[in-house]
Amino acid sequence: MLIVNKEIARVIRGHGARDYPNETCGAMLGLDRAEGREVRMLFPLTNRRDDSPRNRFSITAEDFRAAERAAKDQGLELVGWYHSHPDHPAKPSEYDREHAWPWYSYVIVSVAGGEPRDMTSWLLSDDRSHFEPEEIASLMSAPPGTAHR
Amino acid sequence: MAVKLEIPTALRPFAGKQASVEFNAATVGDALKQLTGIYADLRKHLYTDDGRIRSFVNIYVNDEDIRYLQKENTPIKDGDTISIVPSIAGGANL
Repeated sequence: MLIVNKEIARVIRGHGARDYPNETCGAMLGLDRAEGREVRMLFPLTNRRDDSPRNRFSITAEDFRAAERAAKDQGLELVGWYHSHPDHPAKPSEYDREHAWPWYSYVIVSVAGGEPRDMTSWLLSDDRSHFEPEEIASLMSAPPGTAHR
Repeated sequence: MAVKLEIPTALRPFAGKQASVEFNAATVGDALKQLTGIYADLRKHLYTDDGRIRSFVNIYVNDEDIRYLQKENTPIKDGDTISIVPSIAGGANL
């Protein structure tokens, strides 16, 4: 289960709307606990797919390392990634599956005509054959904030 | 040559939950072969079906990407550290 407070969910949706019609992307920093994986902060990132930003996103190794350092600085872990699907459902594509890492939570927000819609989360199966849906539990508590580079 | 191989969080469940392992290896390829020999479940996440390192798997020796060195033939010196650093990619089906 992925635990996301309302402010973080609002910021993820907002990023999707801001970057529409291109895909947005970013890292989720938090804590992985037995009761669930809690997202505490976001680390927004630049979509490095200049050639096809409307239907592809890319986070480089350098950006990964920056997100990892940000997590460490905050006493948190890199727990997953978010990206948007402009004018497309919040379901992972075959391309998403081919390029996914296990363990991480993958949040997808659908942005239709610039308006954020469904937000879902997914975990890659151990054999890489498919994604399993991950329940998102929404908290009402005060937001911890958003980390910026 | 003695080398430390650091395992990213996402792959630790497939490597006995270890953050790093140490080998004697002559090249990067040799070290990775030993790693996947011990932890066979790592192989599918590191390599394509035809045996190439996946495009989103970045291998560094110390701070240098092996793509700019000799790739898997990059020689190892005593005390080197190999890091597996993810890239993250995806996108809608269009």
